[in-house]
Amino acid sequence: MDGAVNFLRVTLIRVFYAVILLIAVLILNFSLMHMAPGDVADTIAQAAGGIDAEALEQIRREYGLDQPFLVQLGRYIGNVLRFDLGYSFFYSDKVTSLILSRLPATLLLVITAQLLALVVGVILGVFSARKPNGILSHFVTFLALFGYSAPVFWTGLLMLVIFSLMIPIFPVAGMRDVTIEGGFFAQAFDIARHLVLPMITLSSIFLALYSRLARATMMEVLGSDYVRTAKAKGLTNRQVVYKHALKNSLSPVITLAGLQLSAVVSGAVLVETVFSWPGLGTLAFQSILARDTPLILGILFFSALVVIVGNLLTDLALRLVDPRVGGKK
Amino acid sequence: MTEPLLKVENLRIELTTRAGVTPVIDNLSFELGHGENISFVGESGCGKSMTALSIMGLLPEGVGRIASGSIQFHGEELTTASTERLRDIRGNEISMIFQEPMTSLNPVYTVGEQIAEVLRAHQGLSKKAAWDMAAELLDAVRIPNAKSRVGDYPFQMSGGQRQRVMIAMALACKPKILIADEPTTALDVTVQAQIFDLLRDLRRNTGTSIIMITHDMGAVAEMAERMIVMYAGRNAEIGPVDQIIDRPRHPYTKGLISCVPHIVANLTEERHDLTEVPGIVPSLQEFGKNRCLFASRCNLRTDECLRERPPAREFENGQKADCWHAEEL
Ligand SMILES: Nc1ncnc2c1ncn2[C@@H]1O[C@H](COP(=O)(O)OP(=O)(O)OP(=O)(O)O)[C@@H](O)[C@H]1O
Ligand SMILES: [Mg+2]
Repeated sequence: MDGAVNFLRVTLIRVFYAVILLIAVLILNFSLMHMAPGDVADTIAQAAGGIDAEALEQIRREYGLDQPFLVQLGRYIGNVLRFDLGYSFFYSDKVTSLILSRLPATLLLVITAQLLALVVGVILGVFSARKPNGILSHFVTFLALFGYSAPVFWTGLLMLVIFSLMIPIFPVAGMRDVTIEGGFFAQAFDIARHLVLPMITLSSIFLALYSRLARATMMEVLGSDYVRTAKAKGLTNRQVVYKHALKNSLSPVITLAGLQLSAVVSGAVLVETVFSWPGLGTLAFQSILARDTPLILGILFFSALVVIVGNLLTDLALRLVDPRVGGKK
Repeated sequence: MTEPLLKVENLRIELTTRAGVTPVIDNLSFELGHGENISFVGESGCGKSMTALSIMGLLPEGVGRIASGSIQFHGEELTTASTERLRDIRGNEISMIFQEPMTSLNPVYTVGEQIAEVLRAHQGLSKKAAWDMAAELLDAVRIPNAKSRVGDYPFQMSGGQRQRVMIAMALACKPKILIADEPTTALDVTVQAQIFDLLRDLRRNTGTSIIMITHDMGAVAEMAERMIVMYAGRNAEIGPVDQIIDRPRHPYTKGLISCVPHIVANLTEERHDLTEVPGIVPSLQEFGKNRCLFASRCNLRTDECLRERPPAREFENGQKADCWHAEEL
């Protein structure tokens, strides 16, 4: 079990780097927000319909906003490390619990959209690689062009129009229908129905990206020496393509998917807004409008966390398909 | 009842390239007897690998095709055989090892799996039995600690070891014919000798016929009974190895042999003068021309060499040479 020990060691090192990276993200976010004009005191003053300068100073002192920048930063990081992200003035709730209540919806959207893009992308890529001049291959080229050039909110609006006006089979807003009653399966089915449109919209860009890469790598792999060896062994076409070629063409696609993760998360903000999906994206949108600094910082922190954890998982997946990654033994 | 094991007659292979259709192999005929070792020699690009791939039915798809001629294995025509039948034969009755040991094994599967796979495909062995057999085969090709290395990935092995794995894979089903396409070209000199030793011993133990493609005239002299000298997709000379080395009937053969003085010195008292073969192989576009393609490099050239393609001249000792001046040599 040499491999397992080594694996654990490598993973621990990764986690260590991830923590350092997170702290760097924290510092950066905090500094940026600090530089932006206006602060919480202004927001509160606005909400109260204007207050005098003395009361403003009073509020600043209460929240420690009169302290030097480094002191504020140190205090903030200290709080975060104790899992305290502060308090949202706008929602009158703890930032952590606000985010945790919204996180599942976003994770659901991001993960399913990413998986959909990966699975369908690879399938399209493989089929079109086997017939480079076939209809499917041209379709992939078209899809890629579409995915690259159509902004995600535009695709979202298009979907909205098509599915709310022309073929109303999927709900176009929200995540669940409050009138639905029933057990776990009824609820899950309801959420799944609501998920369809945002998921397809979010995955459309990445689907284009992945299918193109999958087709390119698959074509290269199909012409490789080891695929020729597999044929020379007398294996069936299916074994040659799906056993020998496919596994080799997966790692570039998985690598790209890992790199795209941050783009998926930021795409989610737009998609959630278009479809009123109750996730972090809509929360982020509202918190920015309300200048709710602690909440904005908290959401940024969690987005970074999602991306970093996602990258760790990508690494893991790469190890599964390619034994050369990370050097066994 | 002395039907040859393999009979290739008037084989013509055409390549479709951007420049048009050209014959890479033009009117090639040879036979391979039971337990015999026949060697192909010739400069790079003269079509040796193409010949080998055509026997396997593995010409590059969409590029190369058998235009005419026949390939008979045990009297069975292979050029018109169904894909299922060819799959049965490949890796089972005729197998091949390739010129590129570093890239011919699939990087993401263990060597054991890659060997076991052939046994499962053709001999219906169980997973366990095939795996055990793979370890035995690794031992037979002299990989030290075969039992523990059977679970290694190709990247954990050296070039020589990978070529041994390829040999183990090729011999797994005890094929009637083993095609070895420059099995040692990519390896360093000491390893080359070991691989040739291995092939010789395996042949002695199994009685497998071998088609050996090589640049190494020393290995030809040592291992093969008959040899074919190819030039620009055509047969230059064919016959028993000792006869050809003793008295080449084609100026190209003569040039090739005199490049390796020690074999000449071993076999004949008188030493030929050392001449290399000046000039280069004609380009693929010239392959189909009706003239002697070697003429531009030949010091015996006369008008008729440029006017017409030389016919095969046969001699009593079994030598056959495609040269207008074969008798004079
Ligand atoms: N896939 C391909 N597409 C186009 N031309 C090819 C292809 N494969 C080989 N050729 C051409 O066919 C000719 C014969 O190639 P082949 O590989 O049979 O040569 P070879 O005798 O095996 O040479 P070497 O000693 O270098 O292995 C060469 O001119 C080569 O450029
Ligand atoms: Mg070759």
